Amino acid sequence: MYTEKVMDHFQNPRNVGEMKNADAVGEVGSIACGDIMRIYLKVDENDIITDVSFKTFGCAAAVASSSVMTELVKGKSIDEAMRITKKDISDTLGGLPAPKVHCSILATEALEEAIKNYQAK
Amino acid sequence: MRKVYLDHSATTPVRKEVLESMLPYFTEAWGNPSSIHQWGRTSRKAVEQAREEIAQYIGAEPREIFFTSGGTEADNLAIFGTVEAKKGMHIITSSVEHHGVLDACQYLEKQGYEVTYLPVNEYGQVNPEDVRKALRPDTVLVTIMYANNEVGTIQPIKEIASITREAGVWFHTDAVQAVGSIPVDVKDLGVDMLTLSAHKFYGPKGIGALYVRKGVRPKPITHGGGQERKIRPGTENVAGIMGMAKALELAIADLDQNMKRITGLRDRLIQGIRENIPEVVLNGHATARLPGNVNMSFLYIEGESLILSLDMVGVAVSSGSACTSGSLEPSHVLMNMGMDHQQAHGSLRMTLGVSTTAEDIDYVVSELTQIVEKLRAMSPLYNSKNL
Repeated sequence: MYTEKVMDHFQNPRNVGEMKNADAVGEVGSIACGDIMRIYLKVDENDIITDVSFKTFGCAAAVASSSVMTELVKGKSIDEAMRITKKDISDTLGGLPAPKVHCSILATEALEEAIKNYQAK
Repeated sequence: MRKVYLDHSATTPVRKEVLESMLPYFTEAWGNPSSIHQWGRTSRKAVEQAREEIAQYIGAEPREIFFTSGGTEADNLAIFGTVEAKKGMHIITSSVEHHGVLDACQYLEKQGYEVTYLPVNEYGQVNPEDVRKALRPDTVLVTIMYANNEVGTIQPIKEIASITREAGVWFHTDAVQAVGSIPVDVKDLGVDMLTLSAHKFYGPKGIGALYVRKGVRPKPITHGGGQERKIRPGTENVAGIMGMAKALELAIADLDQNMKRITGLRDRLIQGIRENIPEVVLNGHATARLPGNVNMSFLYIEGESLILSLDMVGVAVSSGSACTSGSLEPSHVLMNMGMDHQQAHGSLRMTLGVSTTAEDIDYVVSELTQIVEKLRAMSPLYNSKNL
């Protein structure tokens, strides 16, 4: 049911773990729906995301979506990062099964939250 | 890599002796049991012989056994066949039934029937007194499962049956998970109808039966021919019926021995997990439980991640998490037992069978310990708790 890409990111998630001294943190989801994503950003003075990491409670699609999102974000400016869509995430993973599309949405929402958190600072 | 199948509640492999008992009925004795010529008579004889054996194994009479395509059809026949046969608009069931019963009841609700879904306690048990209180003059059926497919909890069927008998209301039990795993005697239980399914006890898929006590007569829900005493028309699945009889014979012959051995392995698995992994919860009842059922919740982790991680090391299990059901809601069984979302999402069902060994159990404990550690390290819930 999952693509090889999804399984790869699930088994070997990139940029997993919490970040000490993060410039911004975003968390979305709830225990009721079974997915919680938290993302940490390190942003330099030119608004470039120099480092990113995540922690996720959820299914393989949720873990893989978080992992791929961190890869897409790294090195991008805040403006560029804001333009990443759920489709970008799902496409990079080679597609997600229909009931799991919400996981890719959750990943973009976690990113949005983190960016909001950064901009509020 | 070692391969360990711990999903016997989903299905079991067909035993070799079972397959061998079926094969002649595909290519040699392939006649239609309804035909009066010798081809037909040979098949008829085989089917009736199998019916006698199956009846005997569950304490029934041959004429009380009606073959169906499996558990779901037998459940549906019991429920829809009863509401067709009796006047009355009320059904009583439990809130932890298999979908074969649950979805049929929900369908009837849409047709204007009233259904009472009895609550269960934290171990998944129905209180027989709740059945008594729920009975109404227009109640036509009580349907409560014998053993739960997710948490393995065994219901007080005998007590419930004495209440329904007294009230003169038909009582059906879905015994799909029980038959072949624990002793099942319909007369001792006192039920009016009982569902069994061959592929749960090392028989083939696509064959099951409904036991219907003499004097109880649901109406047919499919229409076609006069087979199965007009209650379940359609040409009999002769090879399947032969396979089911053989499978049940073998299951009954080894029942005591297997129960003892598998219960030992079950408790070894529960204990191994408890000793090696912190913050786990056993779901279901400690003793009123199927010999092969282990259902535990691993806090801070989601079940599908656990299943897939175990799958990668050769271990097959299942979960009551939402992510495995295709919906966003976790299992109705776990939620109706009063579990919170985290416990339900982190649940894992491991069901043992006749081929399970102590080495299998130790392998699973060791792999699971590593997997849980890895997934917890990734979980924001675990982190925030330990900060």
